[in-house]
Amino acid sequence: MQYLPNIIFALALALGLSFFVMNIRKLFRNIKLGKEVNRTDKKPERLKNMMMIALGQSKMVKRPFSGALHIIVYVGFIIINIEVLEIIIDGLFGTHRVFQGLLGNGIYGFLIGVFEVLAVLVFVAVIVFWLRRNISNIKRFLSKEMKGWPKNDGNYILYFEMVLMTLFLVMNATDASFQQAGVGNTISQFIAPLFDGFSPEGLHTIERTAWWIHILGILVFLNYLYYSKHLHILLAFPNTYFANLNPKGQFTNLDSVTTEVKLMMDPDADPYAAPAEGAEEAIPEKFGASDVADLNWVQLLNAYTCTECGRCTSSCPANLTGKELSPRKIMMDTRDRLEEVGRNIDANKGVFVDDGKQLLNDYISPEELWACTSCNACVEECPVNIDPLSIIMDMRRYLVMEESAAPQELNMMMTNIENNGAPWQYNQQDRLNWANEE
Amino acid sequence: MNVPTMADMMAQGKQPEVLFWVGAAGSYDDRAKKISRAFVKILHQAKVDFAVLGTEESSTGDAAKRAGNEFLFQMQAMMNIEVLNGYEVKKIVTCDPHSFNTLKNEYPSLGGKYEVFHHTQFIQDLIAEGRLKIDDTTLKGKRVTFHDPCYLGRANDVYESPRELIKRLGVNLTEMKRNKSTALCCGAGGAQMFKDAEKGDKEINVLRTEDALETKPNIIATGCPYCNTMMTDGIKFKEKEAEVVVKDIAELIAEANNL
Ligand code: SF4
Ligand code: SF4
Repeated sequence: MQYLPNIIFALALALGLSFFVMNIRKLFRNIKLGKEVNRTDKKPERLKNMMMIALGQSKMVKRPFSGALHIIVYVGFIIINIEVLEIIIDGLFGTHRVFQGLLGNGIYGFLIGVFEVLAVLVFVAVIVFWLRRNISNIKRFLSKEMKGWPKNDGNYILYFEMVLMTLFLVMNATDASFQQAGVGNTISQFIAPLFDGFSPEGLHTIERTAWWIHILGILVFLNYLYYSKHLHILLAFPNTYFANLNPKGQFTNLDSVTTEVKLMMDPDADPYAAPAEGAEEAIPEKFGASDVADLNWVQLLNAYTCTECGRCTSSCPANLTGKELSPRKIMMDTRDRLEEVGRNIDANKGVFVDDGKQLLNDYISPEELWACTSCNACVEECPVNIDPLSIIMDMRRYLVMEESAAPQELNMMMTNIENNGAPWQYNQQDRLNWANEE
Repeated sequence: MNVPTMADMMAQGKQPEVLFWVGAAGSYDDRAKKISRAFVKILHQAKVDFAVLGTEESSTGDAAKRAGNEFLFQMQAMMNIEVLNGYEVKKIVTCDPHSFNTLKNEYPSLGGKYEVFHHTQFIQDLIAEGRLKIDDTTLKGKRVTFHDPCYLGRANDVYESPRELIKRLGVNLTEMKRNKSTALCCGAGGAQMFKDAEKGDKEINVLRTEDALETKPNIIATGCPYCNTMMTDGIKFKEKEAEVVVKDIAELIAEANNL
């Protein structure tokens, strides 16, 4: 019976990790539903982007207040992982504060002391985050798309962090031998007196309970990630690595279109020629995107990485002037639809069965898409280099090239370009008149 | 005004230093035509050997592409590339950031590889080479604010050229709260110029004009014909035509140099 706690711990750990791995595999599968796009070039530049933006948080601090708070929580998260490692070793092998023996009181005390201070800082930062989200009237937290789950999700994450930090401090405060050693208890020494009246057994029970809930909480939190915008703590890294490195104004030139246009413009092409071998069976490629599988995998990775912070939306000119478009909503819709498609695949033994729905219309309306000025403010603003504009453009392409569903005025503009070589109805022969009009 | 065409040049067996891509707005829009003329005056003063395509120029296809019509865009692009390559054009300058972006970034993979400059970059080079001087007395003391065009700024990271030129005018350059990479769109991009805005509670150009008016400017400087139209409309909407003018940087330089 002596090993019972170790066995329970090992089981809990295995269960937590395997569930996590299962979900991550699902995540990979869903992202791979997207089209191929080559993002393997310029490795040094990609690495640098990842180091600066994901690890170094260079874009977060463009808004100094939330940026600074975020860095506290982020650094706290990274560093406290050393503590989690110790807990895991202790749990598996039945040791107690194994690093204390290994590192010696001095170093260990210093480390834990830093963790405790960080825990308090994180706690305070999280409280401020909560107040910002729930009490102050910050517009980007109040948008339409932030009702229900997205709002709760944001708060759950904060509650989780508050509880985990509290448990960590209580665990230290009620650890009699740790308090006696008197090193590293920078903060917990002030909490310890609260437990003064307890018997040594009582104290030990509290310590064990806090310890267990702490580590189980971490396992639950780990598995919560997949369902939450908090997934960005993992995906921010690949997402910034694979982000587009071309100038923001450079939109892709669709290869499928190039082939057809070349054929159309080639005077020697024989319109009645037999199609090239194999061409008959090939399903003609859809132009643009109406559902998640028409997007490329980076766009889908983007959707899973979005933290729903709304920085994009708060800088979007269309959104700022009251239009339906919100780039954040574009990303949230893409993720929701992708998840729906993933569940459909799971339920149908690995194949997608048409559910009569798609990203266009069922999630994102043409009105939203047509309101975009392609100004790139959202792309510039995103702290993790997400590109909502590319999704908007792919969906516009579908509307125009597959459905001929552009707004009437745009159809006129396009007809003019076709006939007169200008978006207005002027004669191409008058194109140089400006030179002599003064 | 002497504006030679590539065809003229070719007939004389000459190859100009640079092709001036006028763009549809610069060719047809009454307000933007003034910008084209101002820029040509600057080119003349700096004795730049240039030419335009004239009636051989056609829409770059930018508006069609942003509207989602990749077919039309690529047709336009390939036609233009055929003409440009036929004249063996190497260097292009344009006053239109949309043409600038498309020619520079989207034409290469379709076979059109050129060195492309926005007119503010080109003028900056002329000054650096000692071919042009800007008189810094004419506009001295005016308060000027610059509206960054999305397709020059964020899309291509050109923030300094226009500002350098404005400073050379001897004016007082004041920045709006949203500037450079955080600048607000004028509302015309992405083919929005050619349609009514979706339902909302304000027009984008009005919001941007308010940004500009907060700096209490005498002049709102622009570097894009579409921004120019949008800001001009915004000023009219705010009934500030008496106090504030909207001018392209090329126009300001032409004015400063009494061209
Ligand atoms: S590119 Fe479109 S969605 Fe993004 S900020 Fe500009 S208008 Fe909004
Ligand atoms: S796309 Fe980027 S900026 Fe917009 S909400 Fe998501 S993470 Fe924030």
